[in-house]
Amino acid sequence: MENKAMIDVKDLTKKFSDFTAVDHVSFDVKTGEVFGLLGPNGAGKTTIIRMLSTLTRPTEGTATISNQDIVKNDDKVRKLIGLVSEKIIMYDRLTAKENLRFFGSLYNIPKEVLSKRIDELLALVQLSKWKDSQVGTFSTGMRQRMNVIRALLNMPEVLFLDEPTLGLDPQSSFEVREFIKKINRENKTTIIITTHMMIEADMLCDRIGIIDHGKIATLDTPTNLKKLVSGANTTIMDLEIANITSNMITSIQSLKCVNSVSQDNSTHIKVHANGDDAFDTIIDSIRAKNGKITSIENLQPTLEDVFLHITGHEVRDKADQKMPLGEHRHMMPRRRVR
Amino acid sequence: MDPKSVLQHSLRVARKDLTELLRNRLGLIMLVLMPIFMMSMVGFIYPSETSISTVSIALANEDEGCDGYPSASVAFITTLEQVNTQTDMMVITNASNLSEIRKLIQSGDVEGGIAISSNFTSSLMTGKQGTIIVVTDQSNPQMSITLQIALKEVFEQMGTMLAQQTVQQFPSVNASNSLALVKPYSVKIEGAVPGHSSYFDFVAPGIMAMTVMMSVMTGLPAAISHEKEVGTLDGMMVAPINRLAIIVGKTLAQTARGLLQGTLILILAVVLFGVTIQGNIFLVFALLLLGVFSFVGFGVVITSFAKDQETAMMIMMTLMFPMMFLSGVFFPIQQMPWFMQSISKALPLTYLADALRKVMVLGAGMPVITAELVVLIGFGIVMTTIAVPVFRRAMTR
Repeated sequence: MENKAMIDVKDLTKKFSDFTAVDHVSFDVKTGEVFGLLGPNGAGKTTIIRMLSTLTRPTEGTATISNQDIVKNDDKVRKLIGLVSEKIIMYDRLTAKENLRFFGSLYNIPKEVLSKRIDELLALVQLSKWKDSQVGTFSTGMRQRMNVIRALLNMPEVLFLDEPTLGLDPQSSFEVREFIKKINRENKTTIIITTHMMIEADMLCDRIGIIDHGKIATLDTPTNLKKLVSGANTTIMDLEIANITSNMITSIQSLKCVNSVSQDNSTHIKVHANGDDAFDTIIDSIRAKNGKITSIENLQPTLEDVFLHITGHEVRDKADQKMPLGEHRHMMPRRRVR
Repeated sequence: MDPKSVLQHSLRVARKDLTELLRNRLGLIMLVLMPIFMMSMVGFIYPSETSISTVSIALANEDEGCDGYPSASVAFITTLEQVNTQTDMMVITNASNLSEIRKLIQSGDVEGGIAISSNFTSSLMTGKQGTIIVVTDQSNPQMSITLQIALKEVFEQMGTMLAQQTVQQFPSVNASNSLALVKPYSVKIEGAVPGHSSYFDFVAPGIMAMTVMMSVMTGLPAAISHEKEVGTLDGMMVAPINRLAIIVGKTLAQTARGLLQGTLILILAVVLFGVTIQGNIFLVFALLLLGVFSFVGFGVVITSFAKDQETAMMIMMTLMFPMMFLSGVFFPIQQMPWFMQSISKALPLTYLADALRKVMVLGAGMPVITAELVVLIGFGIVMTTIAVPVFRRAMTR
């Protein structure tokens, strides 16, 4: 991997009237890197992507892509980038091929080259069979694959992916992620991906910026981020207790070494604790209440834990409540069926 | 950005939009039905003078006559019935007096009434004027005006006949010169171009102008804000194309749609409603295209302000209705009060409808409509100059 910065972001800021969606964000992305922006809905990830892909004008700050300013040289930037938006950028009444040909034609790619590329891309995502069907008839998974290959028509040096697996089933999500990896590996494409899913960020990204309330809270590799949590001598355990009671949970919570207890379902709890003897102390306290432990798992810290550790709240959409209503509406994906 | 690639990209956007349009079956059907409905509605509902027929009228003869002489009212009624059998205008029912006529109008049984006053014959015998009262239905002003005009015409004819009979009794007056004595002026009405005028002649050019205006003023904002809403607009915005190409392309597609509808209206007007086109048909189309140019900037400005399709449609509807009525599409602007007339002079649609009417109905050529052309071109240039930067800014908000 080269170490040259492909994307350089400095103090990028976006204000919507009096609400600051993105607040002086700075980072850089190296050529060929997969960079993740992780955060809850409304944290400002989409706005960052929209600014970098020249769709939204920054209120303050600058960014360059391959040394081209995103505001001053927006047309040059556009030639270099591909965007996979949260919304599907496809016309329902056009066929798969017609859609790709239309978008490809906007990049002045010679006709024969474009046709060949379209066939290759369709084959790559196993949609060749449906090339002459209208996209409106496609399943969500198929549409999302179309959405991704659309962004690859101009063979971009930088690919922006905004929540590329949102609303997909696990199988489709897996396929899309594998595809993203493949593009990065084979074309050396620099990728910026936003997600609110920890697993996704962990799987794909070389480095992750955790975004909360329009600011980058932390930026590091997934491994280092996880060390942030485990380095603090943290134990995370997943317990299955057949006869779990609220009394039992309360007594665990009251232990000195325990940071938090969360109940996943009727028999599962997840305990965050500190200290060397945390493991023993917790099990003792459950035994004392006659709890029947059916399974114990000592978990590696996940990015979920990192997020909790850094921001003090979970990745769920708690940020939403802090946002003014009008802007909230602006940030949420809006789908409308004709 | 060179103009050639702007044009190329525009054409691609236009072709894409038209492909989408052609695949939308229901939309296409509506596209064809709309002008048909519009023409039939205004064509059949709006009254022209000849269309008044079989109006129910109550007739009350209160005339008491004058001793010995035959009642003059009987002669009057006979003449009235003669005229009526020729025109088939009224269905006459009998009423006993004026107050019964009023009751009949109130209950909606008749639409008007004629009452002959009790001293009708005696007045005539003593050299005074005989009075006939026409009762109208004020709740239906349109009908009441038409009825007044028609009945006045009938009475005048009858009055002339009566006067002719009277003067023929003088020496040196005979049947051939009696009319000239009683009515020295004869008024003949003739149009500037041959053929009779109908409401369609007036309204067809207006509706064509309006359809073209609607296609760019509602079609364009709807198309752009729809794409903005579903997200496909981003796909174009993220490509290295001039933003102008998006507007131009979408406008081309909407223009094609508007012209298709305009042509349909023209064909309908000629085939179904007997409208004749006096002027040059190519000039008609050139005018419609010019209309597109002068409205498109306005449509783009609205698009830029509207966040979503719903808002865009609401803004359009609010602006369109006053424009439709104030621009003299359905009613001549000369009928309006002065302040409305001055608003209407500020609307480009007024000039487009006017120019179209002059060409289509009066057979005018280019030199006659220069003033209208200048206004339309001027409005188009001003609005486009405002629209392009506004659109650019709005899209990268």
